[in-house]
Amino acid sequence: MKKKVLNETDLSFPAKSVNESFARYAVSSFCAQLDPTIEELSDIRTAVSEAVTNAIIHGYKEDCNGIVYINVKVCEDRTLIIKVRDKGCGIADIQLAMTPLYSGDPSGERGGMGFSIMETFTDDLSVCSSIGKGTTVTMIKRLSD
Amino acid sequence: MMNVLTAKYDFSDKLLKVVLSGEIDHHSARALREEIDTKINSLMPEMLVLDLKNISFMDSSGLGLILGRYTKMKEHGGALKVINPAAGAARVLKLAAADKVIPIEWTEEKNQ
Repeated sequence: MKKKVLNETDLSFPAKSVNESFARYAVSSFCAQLDPTIEELSDIRTAVSEAVTNAIIHGYKEDCNGIVYINVKVCEDRTLIIKVRDKGCGIADIQLAMTPLYSGDPSGERGGMGFSIMETFTDDLSVCSSIGKGTTVTMIKRLSD
Repeated sequence: MMNVLTAKYDFSDKLLKVVLSGEIDHHSARALREEIDTKINSLMPEMLVLDLKNISFMDSSGLGLILGRYTKMKEHGGALKVINPAAGAARVLKLAAADKVIPIEWTEEKNQ
């Protein structure tokens, strides 16, 4: 069922790691109009940080010519829809990428928990990806009344 | 609003304590990782204690940072523990079941 959109914003920025904190604060500031709890805000920040980090590291392989796109919708019933999109390399095997502790980064310095965190800290997570075209992560978060 | 990640080091009796403050994400973890590894390589501690009480934000990059240092300490025959993780950091550690591998202790009253 499609929910009525009450407010919406878009932002985009180069795939530079320094923008990860900007992205999570920009999204959580926009969500503040729904007066979320501190824990809900923390969930949103963490989930957005994971999605944006994935776009930068995996989507664009840290090539800062890439642009990360975020769209946030505030919908009826205190529901937020957050889309994080890149036009990067795409994910060959989404199921594998979403497996807890699996990391596409060979350095061993990543936890491999990005998707698990997004899944746990939001109410719904979906991933659309196409090789060579990019990836869109859509997260739905319903805030408490 | 956005606070920079900083580390304070205290080394005595082969124990290296690192008090971290600020936000751990992929961007900030990278520089910190090199800094901590340089300390480990020069001081060769037997125990690395990471104090996370002043960590206001941590995502899975923090987890990667901690697990990476845990592996490095084990390779040297040493150990690692995390103390006083702030609420957000504690949730991420628990979610990844990292708390099953890495000892977590509270030496101070939880401030929430």
